Amino acid sequence: MKPDPSTQDNPVIEIKGLYKSFGENNDVLKGIDLTVKKTENLVLLGKSGSGKSVIIKCIAGLIEADKGEIKVFDTSIFDITNAKLNEIRLRIGFLFQSSALYDSMSVRENLAFPLARHSKELTEEEINLTIEKELENVGLAEAIDKMPSELSGGMRKRIGLARTLILKPEIILYDEPTTGLDSITSREISELILSIQKKNKTSSIIITHDMACAKLTGDRLLILKDGVICAEGSYDALEKGEDKWVRSFFV
Amino acid sequence: MTPDTKNIFSDAGNITKFALRFFIELFKPPYEIKEFIRQCFRTGYKSLPLVAITGFIMGLVLTLQSRPTLAGFGAESWLPGMVALSLIREIAPVITALICAGNIASGIAAELGSMKVTEQIDAMEVSAINPYKYLAVTRILATTLMIPILVFFADLVGVFGGYVGMNIHSDISFMRYVDKVFESLDFVDILPATIKTFFFGFVIGLIGCYKGFTAANGTESVGKAANSAVVSASLTIFIIDMLAVQITDLFF
Repeated sequence: MKPDPSTQDNPVIEIKGLYKSFGENNDVLKGIDLTVKKTENLVLLGKSGSGKSVIIKCIAGLIEADKGEIKVFDTSIFDITNAKLNEIRLRIGFLFQSSALYDSMSVRENLAFPLARHSKELTEEEINLTIEKELENVGLAEAIDKMPSELSGGMRKRIGLARTLILKPEIILYDEPTTGLDSITSREISELILSIQKKNKTSSIIITHDMACAKLTGDRLLILKDGVICAEGSYDALEKGEDKWVRSFFV
Repeated sequence: MTPDTKNIFSDAGNITKFALRFFIELFKPPYEIKEFIRQCFRTGYKSLPLVAITGFIMGLVLTLQSRPTLAGFGAESWLPGMVALSLIREIAPVITALICAGNIASGIAAELGSMKVTEQIDAMEVSAINPYKYLAVTRILATTLMIPILVFFADLVGVFGGYVGMNIHSDISFMRYVDKVFESLDFVDILPATIKTFFFGFVIGLIGCYKGFTAANGTESVGKAANSAVVSASLTIFIIDMLAVQITDLFF
């Protein structure tokens, strides 16, 4: 059972009138408004290049928006100091499309890298225990001493997820978590996303082209078209909606 | 202004900003000591064989090439001093820096460029870790401190190469050779040559990091960043050398 979002109405992410362009005549976002409620999984759908990743990169402060407002935990992330932004970033996890594992580090070092920096009170033994526990959660305890180059695509995603979870984020931004994976591994990753939401009470934005993942993980779906949100609703409602273009995602 | 000229000026502006950021971040805690030591090991220790071979060949070849000219004047005994002076004042610093520009600057640019392309730098940023401090400051500081040491090492090996070169055609004892080398060397020969090597090291690290951090998306840009780092660093080394020689000429 998914948690009922209606009982968790406090938005943890609030975006109003977000604009972003990359050079002249290349407006990617043209006034995005969205909210993510506490413990809600919001799925963002849209064609490639429609600006889905730009939205979550703006939330994480990786891309600077041209106009608009982004509030995370009631704090506007524009015009705040770097230190304050980093405090917010510690409460946000980001799973990159490419997993973005540090190639020069082993799996253990990949997980220890953020943990050791932000939890200085932990001893080396405690760090190792936390890493082992986190790897067990994603079902890859045996990969602890492997290098990223020795891992398959699905394993990389899981390790990336473990690294994201190790700082206990309250919000997780997933950038195409199942892209490039076979259907079985995709389902396993989708189930993992769902179990994280239940277990850790996290709120998430999930960008995906995988409709099975959207169906399984999404409490609410948003569809982006030409830089604006053109449809919003549950999976079933959108699938049975009147808009032909929207329905074409579900075919 | 043509787009190319505009690019040169904007690149110069951006690299200056990048360099200024280095000095700001350098003194701000936390200090990435472990990574700095790792980078010193990578840039310094791992370049030793390359620098040793180059240094030895420089000394040997310089001796063999200069010998006929000096012998024509009957001034063969000046050979150790001349070789040592040429090596320490000019050849060892510039050649070592150029070798390191090819080896270290391109390596840094390719490594950071591929980290940028595969979103590893973004991953650091979203984990609230300052990638500039962790990746760039440690590398720039390591090259700034390691290149002078490598040049000093190249000086020593080069002088030894000169000794081997001398002994191909004549017979001179090692102690006599060293004695002649030190006889011809002065403090002013060593100081300006050493100071400029710090600048060489700084630009090698700076340009390598800048090119890596500013690599565009796509794997092709990693190769471009590495190539452009070598070209820019080598050119900057020559410009710094020219300025350093002019300044030395004014003061000493």
